Amino acid sequence: MPAGWCGYRRIGLGVTVLPRDAAGNGRVTKTRLTQQGHIRFGLLRHAPRLTIALLTVPVLAGLAGTVIPALGGQNTAGLTPFQALADWPGLKRAVQLSLFTGVVSTGLSLMITLLIVASLLGSRIFGVIQHVLSPLLAVPHAAAALGLAFLIAPSGWIARALSPWATGWHSPPDLLILNDPAGWALILGLVAKEVPFLLLMTLAALPQTDATRRMMVAASLGYGRVWGFVLSVLPGLYPLLRLPVYAVLTYAMTCVDMAAILGPGLPPTLSVQITHWMMDATLAQRSTAAAGALVQLITVLGALMAWHGAERLLAAALPRLAGLGLRITAADAPLRGLAIGMGAILAGALFAGLGGLALWSLAGLWPFPDALPHLFTLQTWAKSAPDLASTAAVTFGLAAVSTGLSLLLVLGCLEAEHRYALPPNGPGLWLLYLPLLVPQIAFLPGLQSIALHAGPFVTAGSSVAFAHMVFVLPYVFLSLAPAYRAWDKRHGIIGAALGATPNTVFWRLRVPMLLPAVLTAVAVGLSVSVTQYLPTLLIGGGRIETLATQAVALSSGGNRRVIGAYGLLQMLLPAAGFALAIGLPRLIHANRRGMRIGLPA
Amino acid sequence: MTSPGLVLQNLCVTLHGSPIAALNVTVAPGHVLVVMGPSGSGKSTLLAALIGALPPGFAMTGKIILNGVDVTHLPTAKRRIGILFQDDVLFPHLSVGQNLGFGLPPGSGSSTQRRALIEQALSDADLAGFANRDPATLSGGQRARVALLRTVLAQPQALLLDEPFSRLDAALHSQIRQFTLERARKLHLPVILVTHDPQDAAASGGRVVSPMGTPV
Repeated sequence: MPAGWCGYRRIGLGVTVLPRDAAGNGRVTKTRLTQQGHIRFGLLRHAPRLTIALLTVPVLAGLAGTVIPALGGQNTAGLTPFQALADWPGLKRAVQLSLFTGVVSTGLSLMITLLIVASLLGSRIFGVIQHVLSPLLAVPHAAAALGLAFLIAPSGWIARALSPWATGWHSPPDLLILNDPAGWALILGLVAKEVPFLLLMTLAALPQTDATRRMMVAASLGYGRVWGFVLSVLPGLYPLLRLPVYAVLTYAMTCVDMAAILGPGLPPTLSVQITHWMMDATLAQRSTAAAGALVQLITVLGALMAWHGAERLLAAALPRLAGLGLRITAADAPLRGLAIGMGAILAGALFAGLGGLALWSLAGLWPFPDALPHLFTLQTWAKSAPDLASTAAVTFGLAAVSTGLSLLLVLGCLEAEHRYALPPNGPGLWLLYLPLLVPQIAFLPGLQSIALHAGPFVTAGSSVAFAHMVFVLPYVFLSLAPAYRAWDKRHGIIGAALGATPNTVFWRLRVPMLLPAVLTAVAVGLSVSVTQYLPTLLIGGGRIETLATQAVALSSGGNRRVIGAYGLLQMLLPAAGFALAIGLPRLIHANRRGMRIGLPA
Repeated sequence: MTSPGLVLQNLCVTLHGSPIAALNVTVAPGHVLVVMGPSGSGKSTLLAALIGALPPGFAMTGKIILNGVDVTHLPTAKRRIGILFQDDVLFPHLSVGQNLGFGLPPGSGSSTQRRALIEQALSDADLAGFANRDPATLSGGQRARVALLRTVLAQPQALLLDEPFSRLDAALHSQIRQFTLERARKLHLPVILVTHDPQDAAASGGRVVSPMGTPV
């Protein structure tokens, strides 16, 4: 047992771990229940521990629930799960696809993000790109994928715009642009979704890196912008981006919704195939799925370790490169053009795709190769209205419950951290990222069997809401924590000096002053819940239908008008959330200049 | 046109149209111009304009001519104007020697020659043997000297000082100030020093003006 484990040990998020003593007896904390104040005191104090448990227990239990059947006995055909898996001829190709699409899309996303920051930070164009890309963060993966599919398909908008005058096509060509066997369409979709995320994480990390002055020093010493950024800012910046990058890599290797819509079909990526096995009506393939999930987990772990190794090689090489004194100014102009071009292409593709969804949902007759429909009609919306309304209601309900719970826990954690002066982050940050670093496909199958066993006691709806919370909470925390911690504590001291209790300070000062940040965190939470596909599908056992599951299910059919309606509605829910998050504080604090975003409070 | 030194010709920096700095001066090689004013009076913005790193919202008219070359529209990296901030801004991931190597131009010889140049610079500044040290283990005065060395190794043609080393304690502050100004004089660099400290201004021995160009 390491020396640090004798006595109390604090880990990030302010969790106090009570280690077992040598005899193995866990220590028991006593909460005095004599006065009401003490009960509330105790609850808040335990909020970080409860939060950590709610995030880690499902992941670990789910992993166990996946691994055990994978190592278990034989199926009806007398094969062990791994034999059954190895018998599937697509296995090798599916693993390769998962690795290729995941690593390439993560590498491209990171490079494009850093290129945009390095060559444009501080310029007007950077502000424009930031404003154009950040709303795209809220676009659900399925809606983004469907939009891109409408754009690049052989009968999609790009082909229509170029036909027949440039291509000579009068009917859609027989080309595998969408669902191409190498996975490039999937990579495009992943990059378009991950660049806004990484850009946001970079912008949040930059103030901690002294980037502006370092870049100014490098420039005054004669360095080109991009190379100066790489040598002077990146070494300080990357450690702050590491966890988000790992989360992106895990997601990109294992996502199911985008891969089902944009990825190759025969074989699909491993995670898509595992999902097919999981949803097999006969339940005969469940142990094969479990074995596949284990292989997927190992693949992801291997990729993460290789990525980490590459990081270390680069980190060792950079100081030596810096010592050479090479200025590399000539690369700046082309790289700047590349950065602007990439930002424009990604934003353009997503916006055009979403526009395509909207147009299809309103389209009457729209034959190839016309660029616009012959007539517009509300028929699709009218016909699907009852289904759309009930699905949207379920989606919103799940989002509201999971986000509400997450917000409560996150506020509890942050307030406990503040009141008991618990150290922020540290290893706790890893625990917060755990649900994002362990592939969903690796622990949701196990969690599903647990949920099935708990069947009589919990409804499918509450299980799914809880599963959503596991993924919503980290994002709510990441979104709210910086503003919460940056709050000027002198307000609280003055409040206390005026006789306010800590609770009064919390409700009357801190939460109202942080209202914009709290509402933004809520909007983030709603958008994360709305985008959840796999947890809804697996934990709900197919009984819970949300806009995400419906959109993906419809995507294999051909009804573009209905797909457009579902995709558009899935995008509108988070958009409405963000509009409220921006609009409400302006309304509530209309006469408070100090509360305007961008001014110090 | 060919007067040596740093010429600011009808230079005017504006924020949304209102002027915050206006200078029309020549700083000869080895001489110091002191720009003095309270904080928030646009001193640092003036320096940002001179190295070509004005934040959005600011605009600049006039010309910056360095040793006969109009650098007004050159990017920061091409101007050859060195700058030192309040803090040293040493890169924490690089050793002292690598920080200096970062400043040394690439055409300075083989890697052995580069190392020798860095060692020489260090020993000239009473820092012999510091090349492999982590900057974080250095004292404030040592860090300040390394920052100056990094700047002059890049062979600038002018030096800008933004309240340099004002975080150091008084005794060290004057010592480092002297070290810096002596170096600049020896290298015949025109220097612009912005400060709100009258002692800095007096010690520099240069003309003292406000950001709007009026003598102080």
